[in-house]
Amino acid sequence: MIDPVTLAVLKGRLEQIADEMDATLFRSAFNPIIAEAHDASHGLYEAETGDTLVQGKSGLPIFVGVMAFATRAVIAKAKRDGDLKDGDVYLFNDPYDGGTHVSDFKLIRPYFRDGKLFCWLASVGHWHDVGGNVPGNYNPVATEVFQEATLIPPVKVARGGALQQDIVDILRANTRLPLSVYGDLNGQLNALDLGVRRMDDLLDEYGAVTVAEAMAELKARAGKLMRSNIAELPDGTYSADDWLDNDGIDDVPLKIALDLTIAGETMTLDFSRSAAPCKGPVNISRATAVASCYVALKHVFQDVPANAGCLEPISFVMPEPSILTATAPKPTAGYTETILRVIDVVFQALAKAAPERVNGCAYGTINALSLAGWRKDGRRWVMFSFFGGGLGGNPEGDGLNHGNAPISTATIPPIEILESAYPVMFRRWALRPDSGGAGRHRGGLGAIYDIELLEENADVFLFGERGKHPPRGVVGGGDAAMNRFTWYHDGKTMTPPMVSKHVGAKLTRGEHLVLETPGGGGYGAAWERDPGRVARDVRLGYISAEAARRHYGVIVGADFAVDDAATASLRRRAAE
Amino acid sequence: MPDGSRNAPPRIVVGVDVGGTFTDIFLYDEANGIARTHKVPSTRGDQSVGFLDGVGDGLRRDGLDFSALAAVVHGTTVGTNALLERKGAKTGLITTAGFRDALEMRRRDRRQTWGLWGEYVPVIPRDLRIEVPERVLADGTVRTAVDLGAVRAAAKALREAGCDAVAIVFINAYANPANERAAAEAVRAIWPNRYVSASSDILPEIREFERSSTTTLNAYLQPVVASYLAALDRRLGEAGSRGQLLIVQSNGGVMSVEGAARLPIRTALSGPAAGVIAAAHIASTAGFPNIITGDMGGTSFDVALIAGGKSVLAAETKIDFGMTLRTPMIEITTIGAGGGSIAGVDRGGLLQVGPESAGSDPGPACYGKGQTRPTVTDANLVLGRINAARPIGGKLKSLDLEAAKAAVARAVAEPLGLDVMAAAEAIVRVANSRMAGAIRLVSIERGHDPKRFALMPFGGAGALHAGALMKETGLASTLVPRYPGVTSALGCVIADMRHDFVHTVNRPLAGLDLGALAARIAAVTKEGTDLLGASGVQLDSVRSEIELDMSYIGQTHTVPVPVAVPADGMLSEHAIMAAFEAAYRANFGRILEAIPVRVLTLRAAVIGARPKLDLAVLRPAGGAIEAARTGSRQVWFDGRWHDTAIYDRLALPCGVVVTGPAILEQPDATTWIDPDLTGTVDDLGNLVLRRRE
Repeated sequence: MIDPVTLAVLKGRLEQIADEMDATLFRSAFNPIIAEAHDASHGLYEAETGDTLVQGKSGLPIFVGVMAFATRAVIAKAKRDGDLKDGDVYLFNDPYDGGTHVSDFKLIRPYFRDGKLFCWLASVGHWHDVGGNVPGNYNPVATEVFQEATLIPPVKVARGGALQQDIVDILRANTRLPLSVYGDLNGQLNALDLGVRRMDDLLDEYGAVTVAEAMAELKARAGKLMRSNIAELPDGTYSADDWLDNDGIDDVPLKIALDLTIAGETMTLDFSRSAAPCKGPVNISRATAVASCYVALKHVFQDVPANAGCLEPISFVMPEPSILTATAPKPTAGYTETILRVIDVVFQALAKAAPERVNGCAYGTINALSLAGWRKDGRRWVMFSFFGGGLGGNPEGDGLNHGNAPISTATIPPIEILESAYPVMFRRWALRPDSGGAGRHRGGLGAIYDIELLEENADVFLFGERGKHPPRGVVGGGDAAMNRFTWYHDGKTMTPPMVSKHVGAKLTRGEHLVLETPGGGGYGAAWERDPGRVARDVRLGYISAEAARRHYGVIVGADFAVDDAATASLRRRAAE
Repeated sequence: MPDGSRNAPPRIVVGVDVGGTFTDIFLYDEANGIARTHKVPSTRGDQSVGFLDGVGDGLRRDGLDFSALAAVVHGTTVGTNALLERKGAKTGLITTAGFRDALEMRRRDRRQTWGLWGEYVPVIPRDLRIEVPERVLADGTVRTAVDLGAVRAAAKALREAGCDAVAIVFINAYANPANERAAAEAVRAIWPNRYVSASSDILPEIREFERSSTTTLNAYLQPVVASYLAALDRRLGEAGSRGQLLIVQSNGGVMSVEGAARLPIRTALSGPAAGVIAAAHIASTAGFPNIITGDMGGTSFDVALIAGGKSVLAAETKIDFGMTLRTPMIEITTIGAGGGSIAGVDRGGLLQVGPESAGSDPGPACYGKGQTRPTVTDANLVLGRINAARPIGGKLKSLDLEAAKAAVARAVAEPLGLDVMAAAEAIVRVANSRMAGAIRLVSIERGHDPKRFALMPFGGAGALHAGALMKETGLASTLVPRYPGVTSALGCVIADMRHDFVHTVNRPLAGLDLGALAARIAAVTKEGTDLLGASGVQLDSVRSEIELDMSYIGQTHTVPVPVAVPADGMLSEHAIMAAFEAAYRANFGRILEAIPVRVLTLRAAVIGARPKLDLAVLRPAGGAIEAARTGSRQVWFDGRWHDTAIYDRLALPCGVVVTGPAILEQPDATTWIDPDLTGTVDDLGNLVLRRRE
């Protein structure tokens, strides 16, 4: 057996390889979704099973789970074709086999040692535009994948080290932004090249046998660590239900329901009570559903390393067919919304088992907003970004104001970069008062983004959620404010019939839109919150005096001082 | 020192680095070619007390007083500490209507990838951030002129709220500073206040959060740093000094007290930067132009890379979550692995070392102050690599070996089923692998082959790990400077004067207004040269370095592109493109054909070279190796005890070769020479470790 010290050393070395692959792509990527929002990931995967061995720490958390499924799809393809060679690189965006959605291009490369397959290296990145009906590929009214983007099954973009120009030409022809696609493809190939060089060095130094042993051992230990975490939770079944507003086609809420059972050192996540497949693009594949549970658990049990071992003590029950087990050609572009809801129900159920380890729900929607049009000189422009919101209150303190989603480590582009690149002007970029769920520890605040158009015309596309069902608090904490989208056109105030999903809203020069995002859910009962903290929140404008009274039972005067007597009497009356 | 006459012209240059535990002093008498080092405890609260005492002590030893000082060059942590402990001034912000929360909203990040807890509290609370009507567009057009009445009302409100400093940050002020400048004037007119920072003065660069954060942190630090430096300057004068006080910046250059009071954010990494400057000079002089420095302290290991005698500058750093500073600084990579890093076995059975640290108080288990978990220092003690009877730094009388053994046994040996010695060696090995990771990060990951580099350890413990780090990373050799514990103070004496400028261009290279670019370069070069002239500091020469941040159009990350400006100041598109492609290829291995490129930012540095310290002053006196031998002890290495010679490092003469295993002791550091290494004392007193032939 490998000695514990070499194991600890190799763990660091392997993680460094994945991290360095991340960094290489972020620095060389063309599109801001990768370069700024870090919507990409890299890792090493087991030769036979495709199980995750190591994953970079700076990429998008959701990919940590799905890349194993993507690698398995390539393993199956290579087996069928029987032509796997050193220097091959597979490329695909099929979401049913590879998880997530059609914007994510997975590049997977076998790593050979002494003529034998040793492991797989993979790179995934969110490309800016890959065809389909809507620039940026978030088509809220898609009913088939073909309306979302060009679908590519696993194909070899490189054979034995030679780039297949035919494939590159097809990719470049099927995008509104060929330069961006070409640049990102190159960036991902760079990252894989780098991974190969680093693995060569590592295996030269330690030998293939030792490194393989270390990989197996790290997986086993992650499993052991997860088991010990689960064993600390009280046995029982804990349930939580939450809802998606709609699928963008039919305005019907879609249930995501979880029955979480702890039995000794194992956990079962049973989603049987969840909704059937829907017409619109909020279906997700089983791979994606499993990965999102992984993300939720890893946020709670942070000490478990990011490899396949941590899912070993966990079993999943997912009905087929359902919204969580989509198959071709169901649309999946809006997968982010559904996985955020899956994470929310895991938090809500776990909060019942381990209230001291879990936070309130985060804002729960990525709000993919794009504005697109043509400039006077005929050039097309597409501004596409995700927007932030509040994180949940937690056992330690209030939730973070204006954070990124649990599935992401993305940053938002600067206003000044957006204004210099696109014909828009922000009127406002502000925290949204009263948007955080009330609680002993308040949810973080969402934001208000107010954007004016400076060109003649633009079409606006939005893909969001939490417009009808607010982010939930836990352990008695209150719900956050809901998502709200408004645009002002031809002297009229408009809101989408589907609340947070819309295609092709019109703006003309000088008109504007306002996106108000949810905060995070509260933690613990609001009436237990320190009145001094409530008064501070009123002074800073995080909450209104009215909310202080209604939600917290605290009377704050004009000088922002707590009226102790009135507060005591109000809280006493409520307690009775 | 000879010639202690009190009426001699001032000739001593003193470097003073105030750290958390010790204030290090390096006195250099240029005329007589003599150097002295001195170490005194730092004084908490008011650093200037320890500073004055230490310098006074150092001078008195040679029968001198403060009148002998020609210059006092200071590496300070006053700014850093005020940021880390959030003890800056009460500060207000005046900003564009609609954007007072831009500072608090950051770039929508969170503290860590995994785990969703943790708040962010900006240094300026929301009620002290006041909006005024004004708006400039991205192309510099003024859409709404600034409402100066509203500005004055805001200033009044902030003054009444008790603010000492004000930051003014308007959206797109980098593209046109007119509104912002008018507002700053209006504020100063009604509120005479030296602490008004306008973003277009502090950082005229695109990206509002980074500019806001940098500007507000500057304002937040101004009163603290300015009053500290003013008091220090006054006290030095009262003590009889006529020498000029200069401050080391994070970029490794020095500036005047006035400069530091105006731009205190530029002192955030003052001390560590001075250390890297010293390392570069010592190593280049010793014939090692390529080195990687490793400063091992109590809680962290700081690594910097020097290639061809030059350190690498980073454009930005984060002091803490949401506290971004964008100002040129020597790139120093820090990981949580120091002497105080705690070792333990996690629930998955994996040995972990750090980042949790026992620091220096309570410190490692062997300090006997009640902290009972094993640290890297405890492991080194158990292995016999440090001397229990002679702890470095001189603060403790002795170290408790039994406490260290017990800690290692309980927390590591038992859970892993190892004996105590194997467990101690395992702790050191895991710590070494983490430090090696940091070295790979600054070298391999940036395209530098470690085989071409030497390690330069400094701090008290760095030289204990040199052999292992050479082995793990392939570094060719190690250069241990003669005084590893006072490197930063030495760097203060060496550092050049330097002024940095930045200007956002944000235009495609094709059709770029090259005349305007030349005019801008000429203007900042003149401004920098004037500042150098006004400082009154003796300079050997003045030069400028120009860089353009460039990318392919469509990319958001840029690469720094050094350009050589011809005598007439006019750069050609062709020359800029060639320089870009060279820089891009060096970064990513391949260039992209047929994609146009963009110039985002112009960066200029104007550097005034100060007379260089002649390192020969540090050379040891002659003597015999036998005379330096102080004894021997058993040291554990590679699974067994080795009978190991102990030497007094400072008594070793030039040219001798010490064969491992050996331990070299000196008051501020310990060096461990692995059995397969030799150590040669070079003709400047540095120790060069190499693999045995």
